[in-house]
Amino acid sequence: MTRIDVRKTHKLYINGAFPRSESGRTYEALDAKGDFIANMAKASRKDARDAVLAARKAFGGWSTRTPYNRGQVIYRIAEVMEGRRDQFIAEILAGGTPPKRVAPCVDASIDRVVWYAGWADKYVQVLGNANAVSGPFFNLSTPEPTGVVAIIAPEAPLLGLVSVIAPAIATGNTVVVIATENHPVPAVTLAEIMATSDVPAGVVNILTGSAAEIAPWLASHMDVNGIDLAGVTDPALATELEVAAAENLKRVLRAPSGPADWLAEPTLARLEAFVETKTVWHPIGV
Amino acid sequence: MTTKRKTFEYAPAPESRAIVDIKSSYGLFINGEFVDGKGGSFKTISPATEEVLAEVTEATAADVDTAVRAARKAYETVWSKLPGSERAKYLYRIARIMAERSREFAVLESLDNGKPIKESRDVDLPLVAQWFFYYAGWADKLGHAGLGPDPKALGVAGQVIPWNFPIMMLAWKIAPALAAGNTVVLKPAETTPLTALLFAEVCQQAELPPGVVNIITGAGPTGQALVEHPDVDKVAFTGSTAVGKAIARSVAGTSKKVTLELGGKAANIVFDDAPLDQAIEGIVGGIFFNQGHVCCAGSRLLVQENVYDDVIERLKRRMATLRLGDPLDKNTDIGAINSAEQLARIKELSAVGDAEGAERWSAPCEIPDHGFWFAPTIFTGVTQAHRIAREEIFGPVLSVLTFRTPAEAIEKANNTPYGLSAGVWTEKGSRILSMASQLRAGVVWANTFNKFDPASPFGGYKESGYGREGGRHGLAAYLQGASA
Repeated sequence: MTRIDVRKTHKLYINGAFPRSESGRTYEALDAKGDFIANMAKASRKDARDAVLAARKAFGGWSTRTPYNRGQVIYRIAEVMEGRRDQFIAEILAGGTPPKRVAPCVDASIDRVVWYAGWADKYVQVLGNANAVSGPFFNLSTPEPTGVVAIIAPEAPLLGLVSVIAPAIATGNTVVVIATENHPVPAVTLAEIMATSDVPAGVVNILTGSAAEIAPWLASHMDVNGIDLAGVTDPALATELEVAAAENLKRVLRAPSGPADWLAEPTLARLEAFVETKTVWHPIGV
Repeated sequence: MTTKRKTFEYAPAPESRAIVDIKSSYGLFINGEFVDGKGGSFKTISPATEEVLAEVTEATAADVDTAVRAARKAYETVWSKLPGSERAKYLYRIARIMAERSREFAVLESLDNGKPIKESRDVDLPLVAQWFFYYAGWADKLGHAGLGPDPKALGVAGQVIPWNFPIMMLAWKIAPALAAGNTVVLKPAETTPLTALLFAEVCQQAELPPGVVNIITGAGPTGQALVEHPDVDKVAFTGSTAVGKAIARSVAGTSKKVTLELGGKAANIVFDDAPLDQAIEGIVGGIFFNQGHVCCAGSRLLVQENVYDDVIERLKRRMATLRLGDPLDKNTDIGAINSAEQLARIKELSAVGDAEGAERWSAPCEIPDHGFWFAPTIFTGVTQAHRIAREEIFGPVLSVLTFRTPAEAIEKANNTPYGLSAGVWTEKGSRILSMASQLRAGVVWANTFNKFDPASPFGGYKESGYGREGGRHGLAAYLQGASA
């Protein structure tokens, strides 16, 4: 007798919990052939605002963890991802990625998280400076996290997703991520990994649904400090989001001008995009 | 009760203005020479006397286009082809000329801006020469700036600067831009164009290739035309948060790189164990330096409750010794408010302070008959909800609040959409570091205030803008491959 499998309800990930959309809406995720994979939660404006609230609440604690501890927590994400490697491969295959590209993509995703985990206690040394000013002053510049960052994740199912989340949280930001609308299933799995590793609730919040619908609410939200447009391919939407972001001078990381090669080794650009340089002066005397 | 102490009267000691030759009218400095504009003109006046100093050209959109084309041509044909070591020599030349002619610039700055000569002479101009000298040295070392082995310039930079530190802001903008290999079109503020126009002469003296630096004068529409010009690769703006937001909107959807240095409402926090004599000097310098026309001014004083009476008494006693008057007098501490518009804004917000129930106290000083003046003023009994605790006054007006615990001080200090600077006064080292790490501000001065240096990055958090000026970070803002 064939066993009837237990199907998963795919939900949002907000404040460390898995709620359905408060709107009650879902949409169908389809595979490459257009066949039904799963009903996905379709996040609403209210869900996005709840996620911002959770990210803000988590910011104080996460940003003041020691960098070593943040590195360990992010490394732990990679450890748990490794255990779900086959699941990711199956999900990405089902989404329609050509088979020979799937395993390298999953492996690169795990390695990417390890790479950024290692940056957590190093980027301050690389991006900060001791400043030799012309007077008897101690003067030091250090990067600090920008705050709550909204991310519109790129299409690349898992690699793009971790490549935008990991740098933002490595420096101590908390994030609200809109997963790619077309390949959302690996994002939900990643949310489960966040929930079962050591990432505190609210540090990473993942929404599924329509970026075109939700992103404008995040871009105009006055308690969001930065926005990453990595996954925005429509130039009109990108411009609209950047205009909305100007209202409280969010730091905007624009979408790449062409197709991004997520397999390439990253630069420091994403670590630098959502940090603020603080310079402290103190007189030297006796 | 504080009274003005009996001291010896000062004899007037005015700096001679004979050192500077102001022309009756100025054109636009484009492609290495002064040219007529296609539009009208406007007058720039001395805010201390309201006398007309010169007639200045109002650059039209067509003039802006001419200037950007000159900058583009200079970038492509000359400046981008020069080795960094040769660019450096031009910048060193400029640094030296600015030092040699610094008194002339200081007098002109004080005339056009209204700031005391002792500030233009001892702060602004030394920093200008130092800024060019510092960035000159970077021009042939870009590969060591942490941006890869051979970082590239952006191209043409459109730069719009404010009226509070006209020549200093010019140096902050032009020096790193040129060192990184860009060419520039710079617009000074409409009330303070003269030192930028004199700087054009310095470019000629240094034999800087034509078009590398272009100076265009005008008001908001001229600046807007520059910022929105499609052939500008980099926008650098210092000024109000409202205009900064408009610029952020206008560059949306382009590939322009932007740095914005905007408003502030800095908290200057005084603990009960602070070195009070030094703290009083820091409070006074923090808000009355440059008539309070300083984006990073310590305009909110947070005093620990148990030393409040002592601090206020000492502060009033010190304020009573401030000398307000002729900007060219070497004894002057407080110069003229830069414009009638700014004076009206200061008066309006101060009146709001009265109406909302704060208590006003102004230093006793004589206000001259002509020009724009505002006596150094403090408001006590201010709460966080008061507009004078929330809005940038940009004048010699200090709002005083109190706190009991470090946590309360942090909460009040960070309770603002701005985040440019902050001050902390305490003798306890661990408290300084704890406060400094919790303050959401780009510059934290501990047991000092309003210090600037070309090696020290300067810029804000939140709505005080983004990007940094000064240091390696300020250089990165003019190079590809950096996100700053």
